[in-house]
Amino acid sequence: MKDLAAPQTRAIGLETVGMTKVFGPLVALDDVSINVAPGSFHALLGENGAGKSTLVKCILGFYQPTRGTILVNGAEARIPTPAAARDIGIGMVYQHFTLVPCLSVAENLVIARGDKAPVIDWKAEKAALTAFMDRMPFRVPLETPVSALSAGEKQKLEILKQLYLNQHFLILDEPTSVLTPGEADQVLGLLRGMTEAGEITVLMITHKFREVTAFADAVSVLRRGRQVGGGPVSEMSTDAMSRLMIGEAEVRPPEARAEGVASDLQLELTALYVDDDEGLPAVEALDLKVRGGEIVGVAGVSGNGQSELVEAITGQRPLKDGRIFINGKPFEATRRDYHGFKVFGLPEEPLRNAAVRRMTVAENIAFRAFDRPPMAGLGWWLKPAQMRRRAAELIAAYRVKTPSTETPIENLSGGNVQRAVLARELSQDVRVLIVANPCFGLDFVSVAEIRAQIVAARNRGAAVLLVSEDLDEILELSDRVAVMSGGRIVHIAPGAEADRQTIGKYMAGHA
Amino acid sequence: MMPEAALQTVLIAMLGGAIRVSTPYLFVALGETITEKSGRINLGLEGNLVLGAMVAYALSFHTGLPWLGVAGAFAAGLVLGLLHGTICSLPKVNDIAVGIALMSFGIGIAFFFGKPYIQPQAPRLEGLALGEWSSNPALRQALQINPLFFLGLVIAVALWWALANTRPGLILRMTGDSEPSARAMGVNPVRVRILATVLGGGLAGIGGSFLSLSYPGSWNEGLSSGQGLMAVALVIFARWNPLRCVWAALLFGAAGALGPALQSVGISQGYYFFNAAPYILTLFIMVASARSGVAAHAAPGELSIVK
Repeated sequence: MKDLAAPQTRAIGLETVGMTKVFGPLVALDDVSINVAPGSFHALLGENGAGKSTLVKCILGFYQPTRGTILVNGAEARIPTPAAARDIGIGMVYQHFTLVPCLSVAENLVIARGDKAPVIDWKAEKAALTAFMDRMPFRVPLETPVSALSAGEKQKLEILKQLYLNQHFLILDEPTSVLTPGEADQVLGLLRGMTEAGEITVLMITHKFREVTAFADAVSVLRRGRQVGGGPVSEMSTDAMSRLMIGEAEVRPPEARAEGVASDLQLELTALYVDDDEGLPAVEALDLKVRGGEIVGVAGVSGNGQSELVEAITGQRPLKDGRIFINGKPFEATRRDYHGFKVFGLPEEPLRNAAVRRMTVAENIAFRAFDRPPMAGLGWWLKPAQMRRRAAELIAAYRVKTPSTETPIENLSGGNVQRAVLARELSQDVRVLIVANPCFGLDFVSVAEIRAQIVAARNRGAAVLLVSEDLDEILELSDRVAVMSGGRIVHIAPGAEADRQTIGKYMAGHA
Repeated sequence: MMPEAALQTVLIAMLGGAIRVSTPYLFVALGETITEKSGRINLGLEGNLVLGAMVAYALSFHTGLPWLGVAGAFAAGLVLGLLHGTICSLPKVNDIAVGIALMSFGIGIAFFFGKPYIQPQAPRLEGLALGEWSSNPALRQALQINPLFFLGLVIAVALWWALANTRPGLILRMTGDSEPSARAMGVNPVRVRILATVLGGGLAGIGGSFLSLSYPGSWNEGLSSGQGLMAVALVIFARWNPLRCVWAALLFGAAGALGPALQSVGISQGYYFFNAAPYILTLFIMVASARSGVAAHAAPGELSIVK
């Protein structure tokens, strides 16, 4: 292929014309035409299932569009395979990392280059890699195995890898979900700089309006496979963008925060030590108190011990040391204590951590109470009719969309699984609520519903511990914000006084 | 108490025994390392070992060329490996179940076709006499080392080098550690795994040829005592590192040589107990390495037992 662009502007322009992709009865993408000018920073907005990834997979050659064409620098391009996309210069930075954990940074970069020489001349490669890193705006240590990198470094390495492969059209899929606010701004700012210099073109999938307004030139919004709007970012308000994304669906307004609900109730974590899967310390000397009628949000970059902390509290992982007290009495993660202290939880990935995939919705909803009256007699004689009746009530009250109470819960959408779990956990008298990443990957309507339910539990006097990687969620819901870094609580601030920059610094461990 | 001379005899006998007994372990372990590095487990290498032993013996008997027997054993191992690799590449097939099935299959056809070769004597692979300088007959005998042992060492070092310094080596590690990354880079994981299983099966076949052509050096149905299975444990102990496979194989070999060595100085009490040493060692190692975080860390991420 001839070099179409002028030598100093190496960025590629790309246009899709009438892209349509049909999977059986499902129209995943319906007549989408977007135009990404060379050297621009283009945002692709949409909820889960709006067709963003289908569009991108068509561009990358993973899927063949049912109809529609792709123009690269104005000329029609056929992209039958991912390798063809790579040859054109289109590279993808995936949300799930595609780095090989056991290989070092250098090995990952060299192997990605896909050339044919069987023996690798490490001396020459190392020299070339060092020279490459010197030209880049951010760097990652070459000798470290990828498994030892932080999430932020991995994300940077993913981007570096595409640049190393000489890709001039980068597609980024939610690139900042694992970064601290500071790192996110840094990485996006540097990419923005490279687009302005005409080095690369960026197409970024996101749902964060803040990033769109701060870094993108233009935006396209998808909803249910259709292109519902777009244009220069300077001409669009955040409100207009969110209306385009959500459409006519009714979103529950945020639950008002009731005052004066604080109580003497207290959840107290004292000197908790928890190990990770490899026996290394994940949580160290962690102390935290949560009062009744209060939401304490634990912010932190993924992998700083938050999952281990939640698993230890909910009994999925042994506590190495330390005690948990509720109202001064020791709490163990046993069924008896859960019931006695009225402790409930919404763990992350509810389908994995809070439900049995192949059991029915009714059975899953009955987990808390299946062996107690009225659902059971004598402690062991179960009454399925009672279970179904109770499940039907809760399904209606929490608006769970399911064909019947007897559907296996794995057939429900993510939002509805979370609602079913919510129904089970919040329909009783809740004193302590442990919540972890409750809205991850859910649509706007479900997110609003779930956040409102959490605040409602607080308003009823429950002590709520909210662990989330979504800083916006923490700031929106918390009465107090705690920051977790390296397995410890490194900062606590009242929610009203918490600000993004300070929290970001503590999250990065720089403060 | 054991007199000093007897202790020396035992140690020399264990050294010789370690080198002798370790060779089949080494080949099977290297083969299994290649296969597991690609993200698949082949538990059926015991079948490759036994079939390799039988094929090698038969070919050596008919042609009088023991090295042709070794090549035949390699080829037989390749075929069984190809069978395993191909079947496991079908959707929803469990590699562990297939491995056990193919182990029975390999042993079964080896016994079936091997019946006529139990009696006759085939030419053996002669060892290299490396102990001529010594006047000690026990040491001379211990240093009668089979060339296959050295072939195993060369393969181990070459494999260790290739895993770090060649593109196929990196692709093998990548496929075993993260299938999505391999796919994203345009590597076909199915092909890599089939190739790795085929090659691993072939090496296990060579290990079998050592059993029938060198030590013990005859073909019968009780020839292998589970070396092919123990070598799988050995790979975990060696943390998927070919050089550590050599040390681990020597350790298992020494454990296997303990019983005969003690018998050679007249200690026959507890003979069966000492003969069970490799099995006890296997059990101990499995328990110890299952608890070790380091081993869990070194395991290729795509292995079905790790996931």
